[in-house]
Amino acid sequence: MTLLTMKNITKEFFRVPVLHGVDLEIDRGEIVALLGENGAGKSTLMKIIAGVHEPTSGSIYLDGEEVTIDSPSDSQHKGISIIHQEFNLLPDISIMENIFLGRLPRKWGSFVRWNEMKEKTKALLERVGIGYLAPETSIRQCSIAEQQLIEIAKALSFDAELLIMDEPTATLNNEETERLLQLMEELKNKGMGVIFITHRLNEVMHAADRAVILRDGEFIGVKHVEETTQDELVAMMVGRELTDMFPEKKNHAGEEVLRVEHLHVKHQLEDIHFSVAGGEILGIAGLMGCGKSELSRALFGLYKLESGKVQVNGSTIQTPKDAIDAGLALVTDDRKSEGLVLDLSVAENILLPNYRLLSKRGVLPKKQLNEVVNVWFGNLAIKASSPQVEVNQLSGGNQQKVVLGKWLQTNPKVLILNEPTRGIDIGAKAEIYKRIERLAEEGMAIVLISSEMPEVLGLADRILVMSDGRISGELDRQEATQEKIFEYAIGGGSNG
Amino acid sequence: MDKTQSNSWVNVLLIVDKFRVFIIFLLLLVIASFISDAFFTVTNLFNVMRQVSIVGIIAVGMTLVILTAGIDLSVGSVMALTGAVVAGVMTAGMPIPIAILVCLIAGLIIGAFNGVVISKGNVPPFIATLAVMVIARGFTLVLTGGSPTIINDASYRVIGSGTLLGVPVPVVIMGVIFLIMYWVLKNTTFGRSIYAVGGNEEAARLAGINVDRVKIFVYSLTGMFAAVSAMIYTSRLMSAQPNAGTMLELDAIAAVIIGGTRLTGGKGGVIGTLIGALIMGVLDNILNLANVSPFYQEIAKGAVILAAVLLDSKLAKLNR
Ligand SMILES: Nc1ncnc2c1ncn2[C@@H]1O[C@H](COP(=O)(O)OP(=O)(O)OP(=O)(O)O)[C@@H](O)[C@H]1O
Ligand SMILES: [Mg+2]
Repeated sequence: MTLLTMKNITKEFFRVPVLHGVDLEIDRGEIVALLGENGAGKSTLMKIIAGVHEPTSGSIYLDGEEVTIDSPSDSQHKGISIIHQEFNLLPDISIMENIFLGRLPRKWGSFVRWNEMKEKTKALLERVGIGYLAPETSIRQCSIAEQQLIEIAKALSFDAELLIMDEPTATLNNEETERLLQLMEELKNKGMGVIFITHRLNEVMHAADRAVILRDGEFIGVKHVEETTQDELVAMMVGRELTDMFPEKKNHAGEEVLRVEHLHVKHQLEDIHFSVAGGEILGIAGLMGCGKSELSRALFGLYKLESGKVQVNGSTIQTPKDAIDAGLALVTDDRKSEGLVLDLSVAENILLPNYRLLSKRGVLPKKQLNEVVNVWFGNLAIKASSPQVEVNQLSGGNQQKVVLGKWLQTNPKVLILNEPTRGIDIGAKAEIYKRIERLAEEGMAIVLISSEMPEVLGLADRILVMSDGRISGELDRQEATQEKIFEYAIGGGSNG
Repeated sequence: MDKTQSNSWVNVLLIVDKFRVFIIFLLLLVIASFISDAFFTVTNLFNVMRQVSIVGIIAVGMTLVILTAGIDLSVGSVMALTGAVVAGVMTAGMPIPIAILVCLIAGLIIGAFNGVVISKGNVPPFIATLAVMVIARGFTLVLTGGSPTIINDASYRVIGSGTLLGVPVPVVIMGVIFLIMYWVLKNTTFGRSIYAVGGNEEAARLAGINVDRVKIFVYSLTGMFAAVSAMIYTSRLMSAQPNAGTMLELDAIAAVIIGGTRLTGGKGGVIGTLIGALIMGVLDNILNLANVSPFYQEIAKGAVILAAVLLDSKLAKLNR
């Protein structure tokens, strides 16, 4: 008996079809990768298994028996555990309570067994590689990558037969990804079924047994991983061949635009000192917790500086408003809580930073604004029926495109990108890389923070490596390699 | 499973959802016309609207506040206090325009105080405005000495009881305020910022929106609208009452919620609120016309609020 079989699944939202007759099958002890472009319907299909959405038609079988899954809790009872693409952690309560939410270990019916919960949480965190976090830490204090790993720990804590992970590696770096893939292998050997979604094909080739490919809600096919190549999978996903991922580099650094002088932020950053010239792309790399996200926030005026200063073209940045006025733009890595107003339309989200700048005495020039929106809606190929659609109805990757569009349209002097391509598919990524390179050619200064090594190596003119809140090394484009970056990132390196 | 049939049913429900408040309102009008012939007369309809105007105007401010994910419990007391101010200024012998100006400014200042405490002081809106509610009521008692202040200038009566081209002045005032705020919410930076702040405050801040200023503005406007209502109220009675507007904040909140604005912010608007306020007014009116005892009227009103909100959450689950 196969563990899960989905047959001829269709799903419509408000009459708009997003899945047309999709089939999926997974057995115990098997890892299946689910592939497709942004908006292909991957998350929707998984949410049907998780009881979040109800299929419009089609059948689902568990162990050969037809079932209906009415709710998330029903799905849990049936032995399914899912990590959604957008996290569902409560920001102000502890890691352990988040993990055991709704099922805290108790004695005498109602007293919480805190010690037991703490022990169990410790073991789980250890397993996903963040054992250094205390179980009492509140989610708000954890980085996005840590939150992702906490979600994984939570999913593991259920005694599930089928584990579903929607883009678990989108914010993880090489080492963390490696560990996760290993963990998946272990679970598989214990007889679990694992479905995971990713846009990185090397992970598929490395860990999956089979790959299922969707395109625009259609079932395109299923491949055994030994019998296929990355190129074939890409062709199936995109419907065409993909040429170069990274654009050709030209050297075009101009005058200094961003200057960071001996920056200190309590418990976060120590003596950060660098500058970026117009037309230059500065890459920032480092492991989880090295302070690269904190740096991006500090540049944007979000932290109280203990000492040091941030200057754009000579003017000092102390608040986000200063930053925007000086021509700084920040693409944050946390699109759900910092990047987007989910209940507003795509258009309004794109325009958000501009309201203040574009409006004439407080009144919005509708026509001009619509033009801006239409340009970026098209440029980024955002998949939605119109710019008036609410952002919460977009797929994860398309939401990320909105975050990018929102800042790109302000035409900043300095662009800080923190995980800019989180959850974006291969085809769209190549487009975005081209666009970033073009912006640099036009004289923009760009700070690129990414856990995706090829992205940093492929785009940056110069790379700073961070470790423990300070800069532990600097590499030129010519000398930079994955190994050298890693060496600096773990705090070693030649000067170290 | 046959889903095609249920699909067209879903479609109908989705349309119903979009115009939910309007439909409830129309239904209520139909019922009203059956209950009493007196309902569909111009006098009665204007009467309903005039009665609604006091809550309606305050509910406009409440809509803005709730859109930013806040709440303002002080509106009833602020109305009483600004009413006492307007009556006091007139009793002191000042001309009406000065009294009106002072009254509006008083409302604005109290509202701004709310806004500053909430945004700069980081106090939850519920707590801040609860405190101001009590304080404002106290000041009202101080100003009036605990008994009504009579207004003697007869021309002041126009605000509450006059008509303009046959339409009661309070209805005109309410209409103008609704129209202006509808336009402001739709077409200005301030209006769109309100939605952004209520939808995701952090994202709004990162987009360079001055969140504190938006909040202070919103509470200030609400205070000023309470002052406008205070003038209609005092003009109707030709006196300021120390206990005016008790529980008024709840009526205003109810109008906003029935009108479909989300209590957690970011979604909704003033048109819904207008209909919400009218629904409550019409309900009062038909229960009166049908001679239902005031005790049962309260029960009916509560039931309608509950029904409207229940329907809302049911419809929200439809597109699973
Ligand atoms: N709640 C919803 N209401 C309306 N449309 C929706 C809703 N959820 C998803 N969609 C639409 O369904 C389509 C598929 O979305 P889905 O999230 O499944 O894509 P995905 O394959 O996971 O993409 P990504 O790689 O970007 O995460 C998209 O076009 C999206 O706009
Ligand atoms: Mg998705």
